[in-house]
Amino acid sequence: MSVTTGLAASRRKTFSDWANRHRKWLFASPAMIIVGLLIAIPLVWTIYLSLTNSEGSVRADHDFIGLGNYAAVFADFERFWPAVWRTFIFAGGVLIVELVLGMAIALLLWRPFRGERWVRVAILLPLVATPVAVGMMWKLIFDPNIGFANQLLGFFGIPAQPWLSGEYTALPTVMFMDIWQWTPMVVLILLAGLTSLSEEPDEAARIDGANAWQRFWYVTLPLLRATVVVAVLLRSIDALKTFDILYATKGKGGGAFHEVETLNVYAYGLSFDYNEYGVASAVLIIFFLLIIAIMWLITFRRKEKASK
Amino acid sequence: MKRSVLRLTGLATAALVMAGGLAACSSGGGSGDSDTLRVTLVNHVWTDIIKKKIPEFEKQTGIKVEVAQFGEDQLSDQYNVKLNAGTDDIDVMMYRPLQEGKLFAKNGYMADLTDKVASNADWNWSDFQEGPVNSTTYDGKVVGVPIITEQEVLYYRKDLLKAAGLEVPKTMDDLLAAAEKIKNDNPGVAGFVARTGKSAAVTQFSSFLYSYGGDFTDADGNASINTPEAKAAYATYGKLIHDFGPANVSTDMSWSEAMAIFTQGGAAFYTEADSLYKNATDPSNSKVSDTVGFAPLPAGPAGSKAYNVPSWALGVNESSSHQDNAWKFIEWATSQDMTLEIQQAGVPGARTSVWDDPDGISTYPTDLAAAIAASTKTGVGHDRPLVIKVPEAREIVGEPIVVAITGGDSAASADSANKAFQTLLDDENK
Repeated sequence: MSVTTGLAASRRKTFSDWANRHRKWLFASPAMIIVGLLIAIPLVWTIYLSLTNSEGSVRADHDFIGLGNYAAVFADFERFWPAVWRTFIFAGGVLIVELVLGMAIALLLWRPFRGERWVRVAILLPLVATPVAVGMMWKLIFDPNIGFANQLLGFFGIPAQPWLSGEYTALPTVMFMDIWQWTPMVVLILLAGLTSLSEEPDEAARIDGANAWQRFWYVTLPLLRATVVVAVLLRSIDALKTFDILYATKGKGGGAFHEVETLNVYAYGLSFDYNEYGVASAVLIIFFLLIIAIMWLITFRRKEKASK
Repeated sequence: MKRSVLRLTGLATAALVMAGGLAACSSGGGSGDSDTLRVTLVNHVWTDIIKKKIPEFEKQTGIKVEVAQFGEDQLSDQYNVKLNAGTDDIDVMMYRPLQEGKLFAKNGYMADLTDKVASNADWNWSDFQEGPVNSTTYDGKVVGVPIITEQEVLYYRKDLLKAAGLEVPKTMDDLLAAAEKIKNDNPGVAGFVARTGKSAAVTQFSSFLYSYGGDFTDADGNASINTPEAKAAYATYGKLIHDFGPANVSTDMSWSEAMAIFTQGGAAFYTEADSLYKNATDPSNSKVSDTVGFAPLPAGPAGSKAYNVPSWALGVNESSSHQDNAWKFIEWATSQDMTLEIQQAGVPGARTSVWDDPDGISTYPTDLAAAIAASTKTGVGHDRPLVIKVPEAREIVGEPIVVAITGGDSAASADSANKAFQTLLDDENK
């Protein structure tokens, strides 16, 4: 009797010792398991689907066709490759403009001024709007016949522009909408970084006779690098997978000439419009790998620089 | 202090989320009481009317009805996700027989209603028009009951026609000439407007195609959108919009954008489905409500051949555990009295008896009723390619429309589209 209780007690003790030693893993494990499953199950299922010829219904019979879908997708110069370029043009373009514009606005807001609070609120307004609503609003403004944008141009005697409906103007127009909506977030992040900087290096440079631009380029910006990387990371992930604005303004397929069809819009059309689940999964897996590669490049390069 | 508050909030949130998850499980698994019916409908005038009537049905039968309502695209997405997963959350579904009917039936999403439609002689299945019934029948099995029909008609502005001293166009050549004259006489007013979106325009273009003597496929089921007849139809549709259409015309217009231009007084002629006529005659929506007229589609070389199709039908989800109640609902919603009432409110139905009944068309503008009567006689039973992959097919056969509208070489585009369409057909018939 006493032997067994002793044994049980010692077992309990070893367990509590073990638990004590690994408590950070133990307490985090339920969350880690759930998050793991939430990511793993859809991913494994998508990888599986991408290797089959599933179409029409995922419950219907489908055959395993290996990498056939990937081969077909890589050979598709009509929809896939243009969608890839568009994805990069869109994400790269908005990222650059948002960073420059965001930095400029953040610098303007950096030092305290009268009415600062109101300006900050006004700048944040686009951020709180739903992207679909933003898309609908700009679609109205850019309407070729009754839209405000063309009426404004007409007021200055400039001929009406096709904006969203033009084959070559649609992409810049939706990029403008994204910039309008997301620059405030970049401002927010950079402003947080700026306010946490200490004043001394700036003052030292000022005493050494550096002008405003030199102080910004050689002092403020290097100190701000970590914050900039955060902004780049957050915005590039978001920009690469932009969907709502494109769908709300141009619908399925990204317009008559697929003029705003990014990888995301293409994959959506493949699965929900064409019901081609195999090909759609292959596109999504490629997209997934692309994003991981880009994120790795950004963070890896930063680590390398830091270690130098 | 602050940390303990944080921890408390965290714990409370976690508890709430878990409780919510459990609650969702229990209600999702059982899919409600046995007398609750889940009906999924699209945003449509038909839906607005039926929703007001549902309490009567609930009182009569003791069945509780839960309506979920979506826009067309959202509805498609809902079905794609839910039916794919084999849900029993949907009992009755409003669907588009020509758009997704074949796909759904092939996938086994639709319950077989063949015995049910024959079970009630008073309800009278044989009263439904033949064309629409064919579209809701798959492999000899009835899978849906058509509720809304559509024909393409010509909407026009009486005042502009009168000012130009013109008659209502009877042929396509008349239409081209009238559109040109009115556009030249009235700065800022287009001669003609219609849908321009690649996919959206296909349905309205189809009547042009038939009237020029073409069709999407020939008698052997091969692609035939590059025949001389089809090329002439593409060219005419494109010319009407490119030469005589609104300034700054976009290539994205669906019916709502095109209708807006017409009802704001921006165009003299507009070809569109009759089921949307209320948009043009209702003074609260339309600036031209008192001068709008209706006529049958102008005749091409092959005559005036508008489409005559069921745009929406009701079906039962094969995975539903309440199929009998679902049928009761459909029987009630498509009864003769209900069809009459809804048709009088402006939604063309599929019952012959209601069309034959003078009351059935008493609320329609006389010229519209005459145009519909003319179109039902010569009508063609489809307004898009009859394939399983309809969305893909629509984009292919719609390509030359866009090219024609933008002033490009639509004949060359028709040749390449024909090849792509043939590939799709071969793929499906494999």
